[in-house]
Amino acid sequence: MTDLYQSQRAMRNMRQAAMQRGVIAILDVGTSKIACLVLKFDGPEPEREDGLGSLAGQSQFRVIGAATTRSRGVRFGEIHTMQETERAIRTAVQAAQKMAQVRVDHVIACFSGAHPRSYGLAGEVQLAEGQVSENDVARVLAACDVPDYGQGREVLHAHPVNFAVDHRTGFGDPRGHVGNRLAVDMHLLTVDTPAVQNLLYCIKRCDLEMAGLASSAYVSGLASLVEDEQELGAACIDMGGGATGVSIFIKKHMIFAESARLGGDHVTSDIAKGLQVPVPVAERIKTIHGGVHATGMDDREMIEIGGDSGDWEKDRRKISRTELIGIMRPRIEEILEEVRAILDVAGFDHLPSQQIVLTGGASQIPGLDGLAARILGHNVRLGRPLRVQGLPQAATGAAFSSSVGLCLFAAHPQDEWWDFEIPAERYPARSLRRAVRWFKDNW
Amino acid sequence: MWALKPHERERWQDNGRADPAPSRLAYRLNRLWLTPLVRSATRVGLPALVLALATGLYLKDDGRRAHLASGFEHLKRDLQERPEFMVTLMRIDGASEAVAAGIRAMLPVELPASSFRIDLETFRATIAQIDAVASVDLRIRPGGVLQVDVTERQAAILWRTAAGRLEMLDAQGHRVATLTARDARPDLAVIAGEGAEDHVQDALVLIAHARPLAPRLRGLILVGERRWDLVLDRDQRIMLPETDPIAALNHVIELDRAEDLLSRDVAVIDMRNDYRPTIRLSEAAIASLRGQTVDKTKVNGQ
Repeated sequence: MTDLYQSQRAMRNMRQAAMQRGVIAILDVGTSKIACLVLKFDGPEPEREDGLGSLAGQSQFRVIGAATTRSRGVRFGEIHTMQETERAIRTAVQAAQKMAQVRVDHVIACFSGAHPRSYGLAGEVQLAEGQVSENDVARVLAACDVPDYGQGREVLHAHPVNFAVDHRTGFGDPRGHVGNRLAVDMHLLTVDTPAVQNLLYCIKRCDLEMAGLASSAYVSGLASLVEDEQELGAACIDMGGGATGVSIFIKKHMIFAESARLGGDHVTSDIAKGLQVPVPVAERIKTIHGGVHATGMDDREMIEIGGDSGDWEKDRRKISRTELIGIMRPRIEEILEEVRAILDVAGFDHLPSQQIVLTGGASQIPGLDGLAARILGHNVRLGRPLRVQGLPQAATGAAFSSSVGLCLFAAHPQDEWWDFEIPAERYPARSLRRAVRWFKDNW
Repeated sequence: MWALKPHERERWQDNGRADPAPSRLAYRLNRLWLTPLVRSATRVGLPALVLALATGLYLKDDGRRAHLASGFEHLKRDLQERPEFMVTLMRIDGASEAVAAGIRAMLPVELPASSFRIDLETFRATIAQIDAVASVDLRIRPGGVLQVDVTERQAAILWRTAAGRLEMLDAQGHRVATLTARDARPDLAVIAGEGAEDHVQDALVLIAHARPLAPRLRGLILVGERRWDLVLDRDQRIMLPETDPIAALNHVIELDRAEDLLSRDVAVIDMRNDYRPTIRLSEAAIASLRGQTVDKTKVNGQ
C-alpha cells in the first residue's frame, strides 16, 4: 500500500513540476488509435468571488499540439506488443511535439482495459479536538479498511467521495466542522498491475516521465458529462475500439467504473469475417455505411465491397446496407447488453437520475442512441467532449472524449487519497520522519 | 498524423509501407532539437563559433594582419584626401600682421591638407594661448578654407616690470605684448610697482579721474601692493591713500585749480591722511624759500 502511495505521490510531484514548466503531454493509449495532445499552461487566471471563470475554468490551459496515430500492439485497451506500442507512442508524441514546436518531458496517460474493478470503502475516526483538521482527514482516509483486492492488482484511483461528521453527511470538504466523529466513503479503483507496468515501461522507453495515470472510463466521464449530470448522477459509456468503459458519476465524483472487453473493433472483425473482406476495408465500410436500424431504403442501397483478388466475381461483390446492418447490429446489441449487465451489477437502477451518455469512437454509429435507449433505458444521449481551447477540429469528436477528459484531469485533478499527508502513525515506528511529523502536528 | 481516413489507412497496410514511427535515435534527436538551449546553441552559438574560429585562423598570420591594416590605412587616406575634404588655404580675420604671422606659424600641418588631419579644437587652444588674442573662432568653410576669426586684446595700459621692460596690458590686466619703446604708445599711461599688473582696473579708474592732470601725468606706482602714487613730470608725486583714493585725488585737483598747487615747486603731496594733507617741497624750493625768507625778513626787518 505504501509503495503505491509513494509512486502515486511521485506522479503528483511530477505533475507539479510539469505545471511549473507549463507544458505537459496527454497520451490516450487506445485500441484503435493513440492520441497525444500537448497542453500549455498559462498559469491560473485570477480567482473570482463566485469560483466561476471563463470557459468553465478551462482557460488556464490550451492545446498547442495534437496528433493521433493508428494504434499498434494494443488489444482490449491493454498493451499486447510492447515494441509496437512503443513505436506508436513515439510517433504520436513526436508529431504532437512537432506541431507544438516544444519538447515535452511529462506525460499523463490513460488506458481503458486492465479489468478495472470498483470498491467502496468506509472509514471512521474519533475527533480528538472536536473540530476536523487536515490531519483528521488524512487519518480518516488512512483508517479505511482496504479490501483484499488480490495479488497483481494495483490501486489506480482512490477518491474520497463523501465525508460525514457525526450524523451530518454529504460534505465535500469537512475541514473546520465541529463534531466528535468523522467518517468517509471512498471509491477505490483497482486495475491489473502488469498492464500498468507495461504502459509505464513503454512510456519510459520514450524518455518521458509519468505525471499521472487515469482510467479512460473516468476521464471520458469528466469530459462528456455536463456539470449537472455529474452532480445528479449519470453513467458514461465510453465505447472504444477494444473495450467499452462504464463509469457512474454522482455528486461530481466517480462512484463506479468497469469496462467490458468488447468494442468497435469487434464490429469491424465481424464485418470482415461476414463479408470476406480485409479488416481495413471492413473498417471503411463500417464508418461510411454502418448503422443499426434497417429501413426499406437500405434494401436498395447497394455497397460495393471490392477486393483485389483478381477474380472478377469476387471483386465486383455488392451487398445491401441492410445486410451490413444485419451483421453489425447483433454485435452492438451484445456490447450494450454487456453494459446493461455492468450497470445492473453496479446498482445504477437505484440512482436518482437515470441519465446515460454514450461517447467514444464507436458511439458514432448512426442510430445507436435509439438502440441504446431500448436496451439501457430512456435517458440516453450521445455525448461529445467539452470544448477546450486550441483543440483542432479533427480532435473534437466523440472519439476524443478520453483525451479531452485527460486534459481536464491534468488541469484540475480531483483529490485522491495520496494528496493528503500520511498520518504519523503510518510511518515506520523508528523513523525520524515520524518524529518530525509528531513535532509538526503538535506545535 | 491526421491520416486517419480509411483509404489512407488501407494504403499503409496494403502497400506494406514502412511504419511511420521514428526510430529511437531519430526520436531522441528530434527531442534534442526541440530543447531550447540546444536549439539556440546550434542556431547562434555554432555559427558564431565557426565565424570566430575562421577569423582567428585567418588573422593568425602577421603578414595577413599587416596587409589588412595597410589596406585599411590606404583606404582611409584615399577617402580623407578626396578634394572635397582638402583644406587649401587659411584665412585669418581680425588679427594684426604680427599675430596673423604667428598663427600661420602655429598651424601644425602644411596646407593643402585633409580636413581630417586638422584638429580644430587643439589648434584653437593653441591660438588662444597667444597673449594678444582674446578669443578665436575656427571653422572650415566650404571650398576648403580654414577660417580663423580672431578678436585681439586691446592694450589699455603700460606696465613697467621690475626688470625694466614695458608690457602692454589690457583692461583686465592680461598681458598683450611687450613694448620696446615708450614712444610707440604715448597715449597709454604707465604703471609700476610690485603687483601693479593685478590692479590695472583701479589704475584705469584713477587715470580716468586724473584727466585734468593728464598732460603732466607720467604714471602710477603701486606702493606696498595697496595704494597708489601718482607721478607727474618734474618728479612731482601725489601719494594717495589706500581707501577712497579718488576723493583724495579730486581734492588735489581742486587744490590745484584753486591754489595752482602743482605748478609750484612741490615735490610730494601726501594725501594718505585725509585729515592732514601734507606737502613736501623740493630741495631747491626749500633752499630758495629759506633764502627768500631770510632776505625778506632782512628787507622787511630793516
